[in-house]
Amino acid sequence: MNEHGILRVVSKLLIPFIAIFAFYVQFHGDYGPGGGFQAGVILAASVILYALIFGLEAAKSAVPPSWVRFGMAMGVFLYGGTGVATWLLGGEFLNYSVFTPDHPSHGQHYGILLVELGVLLAVASVMLAIFYAFGSRPVNHPGED
Amino acid sequence: MSGHIILDLGLISMLLVIAFAIIRMRSLFAVVMLQGVYSLVCAAWFVSLDAVDVAFTEAAVGAGVSTVLMLAAMLLADRQSDEVSLRRQIAPIIIVIASGLMLFYAIGDMPIYGDANSPANSHVGAGYLDKTAKDIHIPNVVTAVLASYRGFDTFGETVVIFAAGLGVLLLLGLNGNAGKWQACPNGVSIGLGQSPYAQLGEDQPKVSPKAEVATNLPKEKKTIAKKTSQSKGRPRKAVPKGDVS
Repeated sequence: MNEHGILRVVSKLLIPFIAIFAFYVQFHGDYGPGGGFQAGVILAASVILYALIFGLEAAKSAVPPSWVRFGMAMGVFLYGGTGVATWLLGGEFLNYSVFTPDHPSHGQHYGILLVELGVLLAVASVMLAIFYAFGSRPVNHPGED
Repeated sequence: MSGHIILDLGLISMLLVIAFAIIRMRSLFAVVMLQGVYSLVCAAWFVSLDAVDVAFTEAAVGAGVSTVLMLAAMLLADRQSDEVSLRRQIAPIIIVIASGLMLFYAIGDMPIYGDANSPANSHVGAGYLDKTAKDIHIPNVVTAVLASYRGFDTFGETVVIFAAGLGVLLLLGLNGNAGKWQACPNGVSIGLGQSPYAQLGEDQPKVSPKAEVATNLPKEKKTIAKKTSQSKGRPRKAVPKGDVS
């Protein structure tokens, strides 16, 4: 299993930076380009790169499919839950200003943070789930992969 | 400014060349790879148009994730596409040329790039630009529009993505375990051994040990046990036929 030595070393160096870049895109989204969707896709791409180089089983033990299944639902729940929370606090659906009535803009910041976190979770999990679903299928053709 | 135009023209002509190469190719592996290249060139072009958000997404989804998914799908299908006879290509070519001519005709009505008086920039767009600094206090208007002003739309998008993932999981199963089922109605255990899938013989996929226990017929048990021993380890690596006996 020592094939693709260069690929293994380079990807081992790169994957942590790709994952950190995803979180940069996520949390810097208020100031620069980016946001939950882009961050989620980049995060999923880092795991997919890991799976391509080190095998699907290694990726599945790093990010178990049960987490992925949980994350998919949790992302949508977080987004919708933020909306319901603003309802319960007396505002409209997804009107974040009601979180901090004294400083409406602060509430907007918290709301955007929560909602983008939901998008990140949902997008990254769905991408991984689809990849796991396709990648785990038994292969018909014997040969290279 | 003229440098920008040369860059744009170069990128667009690269897209054109790649598109023609994709049409001409018969090897699906090369086609999938060229689609990834197409997305990457697209992303570079989006950067040159100052649409960095879109470029991010195109590079990560188009060039990264979807290329991998297409490769995974290709593993389950053929590696080569069949030759299409020239007679069957006429109708698609007419449709493509007609819609292309219509698009060229419509270019005249498009606003100039970066035009402040274009419909997108003059009505609500201008309102968002004015209000974001006052209401939300963040510099990135795109995030403000996506997550706050149009938060309901983005919620819908998130649900659409969730539904897409759910659909794929319902069809394929998260671990590729579609078709490997086991049920216990009225105390009778039925599983893969009784399913129509079991009669396919050689094409049978990896079998879980649980399904092996469920089978009663000794002949099938033997073949399944052989399959299970073959499919230990990484499922992607195919063991040469006849190695295990």
